[in-house]
Formats: sequence, C-alpha cells, structure tokens
Amino acid sequence: MATVENLRRMQKSGGSGRTIVYEGEVLRHSVYTRVVHWLVAISFILALLSGFALFTPWLYAWLAPIFGSGARARLLHPWFGLAFVITVLFQFRGWISQMRWQPEDRQWLRQIKDYTIKTDQPEADYVGKFNAGQKIWFWTMGISVLVFLITGVFLWFPEHLGRTAMWICYFFHDLMGLIMLGGFFIHLYEGTGGIPGTLRGMLHGTVTRAWAWTHHPAWYREVTGRDPRTDREGQR
Amino acid sequence: MSDERTLQTKAISAHPGSVPGRHMQREVEVCKLIDTTTCIGCKACEVACVEWNDLPFGETTFDNTYQTMPETRWNYWNLIKFNEHTRADGTLMWLMRKDQCMHCADPGCLRACPADGAIVQYENGIVDFQQENCIGCQLCLSGCPFDIPRFNPTTKKVYKCSLCSDRVGQGLEPACIKSCPTGCLHFGTKAEMKELAESRAEQLRNFSGFEKAGVYDPESVGGTHVIYVLHDASDPEAYGGLPKDPHIPIVYTIWKHFLKPIGLFAAFAGLVGIFFQYISFGPRRTLPQPPRKDDNGDR
Repeated sequence: MATVENLRRMQKSGGSGRTIVYEGEVLRHSVYTRVVHWLVAISFILALLSGFALFTPWLYAWLAPIFGSGARARLLHPWFGLAFVITVLFQFRGWISQMRWQPEDRQWLRQIKDYTIKTDQPEADYVGKFNAGQKIWFWTMGISVLVFLITGVFLWFPEHLGRTAMWICYFFHDLMGLIMLGGFFIHLYEGTGGIPGTLRGMLHGTVTRAWAWTHHPAWYREVTGRDPRTDREGQR
Repeated sequence: MSDERTLQTKAISAHPGSVPGRHMQREVEVCKLIDTTTCIGCKACEVACVEWNDLPFGETTFDNTYQTMPETRWNYWNLIKFNEHTRADGTLMWLMRKDQCMHCADPGCLRACPADGAIVQYENGIVDFQQENCIGCQLCLSGCPFDIPRFNPTTKKVYKCSLCSDRVGQGLEPACIKSCPTGCLHFGTKAEMKELAESRAEQLRNFSGFEKAGVYDPESVGGTHVIYVLHDASDPEAYGGLPKDPHIPIVYTIWKHFLKPIGLFAAFAGLVGIFFQYISFGPRRTLPQPPRKDDNGDR
C-alpha cells in the first residue's frame, strides 16, 4: 500500500524522480508512467511464468522450479496476478484518455500488412501518441484483467465452486493467458528490436525528435507544434 | 499413498513423455464389487477405512438418517450414502450405497491435474494421489464426475480413497472389503467381479422381483474399478447421486490435451514468425535514413 501512496503522490506533485529532456529529444513517458509500466511488467512476467508453469505438462518441469516448486507456483501465482490487476488499474488511469479508439485507427488496421512489410515507410500523418496496434494491446490488457480477476478469484478459492463453474473459469483463464502471451511477444518485439529507439522512451522517458516524427507524426505535431513532414523532409 | 515397489504405473498426471514402468509387469486389473442389495448400512467399512489409513477422527453429524455425515471428507474417504426411496407402488425402500473413489479407467482427476506426478494410475487400475507432488489447485475436484477428491485447507493437498493400494500391493484386499460382515463387498480381478456382478443382477431380476436390477460400470469413463449391483440400474441417481452418465468436462480432455498445446505452439510459432519478419524486412528505423550529420537521432 505504501507503493500505491507513493505513486499517487508522484503523479500529483511530480516530486519523486524527474525526466531530463536533452536537446533534440521529446518527453514521451513521465516518471509516473514509467514506474507504473514497469510495475505492470514485473507483475505480469511473474504471473506469466508461474501461470504457464501450470498451463501445460510440457512447461511444468521448466517453469515450476523458478518458484521453488509447483505448489509454490500455485501459491504465488494469484498474488502476482493480483499485483498485475492493481497496477494495470493505475496504468488505465494514466492512459485511458489517449487510448480512445478513433476513426483513423480503422484505417491503420487496414494497412497493417504494409506496417510489417514496408518498414522503410514512416507512419501515416494521423498516427498520434499511440497507434491502433498499441491501442488494441492496451484494451486487450483491460479485458484480460477483467477476465483474469473474475475467473482467477474463483480458481484461487474453488472450495465452494461447483465443478462446472470451475472448468468454465479454467477455460477462460487459460484462453486469456494464451492471448496475452501472444500479445506480449509482439509488444516485446515492437518495444525493442522492431522499432529502435522505443525502449529508451520507457526507460529514460525521452525519444528523439526523429523517432517521434517517424512513428507518431500527429503526436510530434501536438507536442512540438511543428510539421512532422516538413521536419522529416528537411533532414534529407 | 502407494507402494511403489509392487505396483507398476500406467499413467501419471501432467507428465510429458513416457511412463516408466508401463507394460513392465504382468498385472491384472483389480476391482471392488459393491452389492447394494445386500448392504445393511452397518458402517464397518467406514470404520475399517479410518482405522487402516490412520485417518484423524472428525465429528459425525446426525440428521435422522442412517448416514454418518453429509458427504465424504479429506479424512473420511468412505461413506455409506443412505436414501429413503419411494417406489412406484408407494412402498418405501432403504438404499445404502458405499460412496468412495470409483477408480475410473479414464480418470477425470488425472486428466485435469496440472502437477506432474500428483495423481498416478497403476496398471492394476488403482488411481492414487501422491500428496507430495500435489500443488493444491483443486482442479481434480472439477475433473471428477463423482465428486470424490477432498481438499484439506491445512496441508493444501487433496485426498481420497486409495483402494488401499498399500494393501493391494502386498496381495491383500482393501480394508473395507476385509471388514464387511454381509459379504456385500467383493474384491478380485475386474473380469471376475464383472461376472459375479452380472450373475447377481440376473438372480435379482429372475428371482427377487427387481426387473431393472443391473450392474453400474459406466462406459463413459472407460469403466470403473469399483462397480455396483443396483436394484434399479436405470436410476442410479436415487442412490445418493450416482451419476447416470458420468463425464469428464471436455476442457480437461480436448482443450487441455489437444487445443491448448496447439495454441501454445501457435504462440511460439508467432515468436519465430516475428523473428523472421525482423530478418526479412528489418526494423522500422527513424526516418530519414541515413540522417544528416547534425541530426541528434539515435543511431
């Protein structure tokens, strides 16, 4: 709870920690956003590993020993999951306004194939702070915490749950885990190797101007007041 | 608990790969036959079970019936279910059914269990819980069509009848069989018991006026290693909720053992796909590339 209080204070005052924006850089993620993101990440990875230990016999022998034993993985998994749910709620508070689905996001999705293949093209001019892919990941996480929480609490204390209710919870918990695993792989890639210069945004809080006008032109215009296309062409 | 020296393992819960010991021994399938028509509800088997397995005593409850408690417990694996049954002609009948693990040929508990080695099935058909490997998730409760496994909140482990695997491993019959005074309990090979049960059912049909008498050995779980002779095999539910058509939820069969591995494979195939996307098309770098010298872009 102390952590939660600190987070609140941090968001209000901007007191704990700071982001140094050097020449040629743009502030992308505030200290609060970064701290919350990494708390989500840590709890998610712990929940993922302990959860997938119990997911299939093929992973049990690999992942259960990380937590000491299968019994310990079972004991800890709900707590990791709960931490994930709570931290995601904080992330929602910070990001929900920027994650609203816009008409142009449909346009982005239609061109998703080009996004993966034509890697030498900048993002379309309308792409704001988050593109449609990031928004989908955000909302998938939102749905996942709902599903994980509801089914998870029942699976945590199944004593008074009927056998039918239990296998229904088990199924949806599983399915959501699988979806989140797939999404996590994509998120990892896009945040690191897929788009160089992204990870620092979540570590130091800043990205280069070139990164911003290439990948999030509308956001670049918003925060710098300059035209991304002109600036980009001006570099040639 | 088992005696691993004498019982060979046939199936292990959540165990990838082969099962050590399978087909390594001549082993007949054992079976317990419960003839509900000659059970007098004396509870000798209940006591023998608690005695042999050294189970700690729990409180019994009295509810104006001849039943010791509402249902089995983690420390009470064997319970005579009592039911006052009204027949079609309005006459009453007392149904006594010894309730315990059925030792299914296709055990739902074992299929549902995510912990390697927490549940084993021996070549002789006994399904046994290995508490040292149990993780306390209680999925076995959900997989079992007979509502048998019981969770102990203190140890966070699940318990149930072991068909006295320790005794059977030493060539003895289970404790309940040993104690039965009326001879309504029998123990032997599955083939022998099936034959005995069928002949008893036939006797009931032909000479005792129970036209619907029959044997309960549900095929939907591959048959069981505990079988019943019932006065009315068409209505097993009347015997304290013996399911007419017991089934393992498909979540623990098709989903867990088929679709889920495919889904996991797909996720990892996706990861490989991402890698080759990276190799084939490269990363999305900041543009323009190469930037001019005065650009402070990340390189």
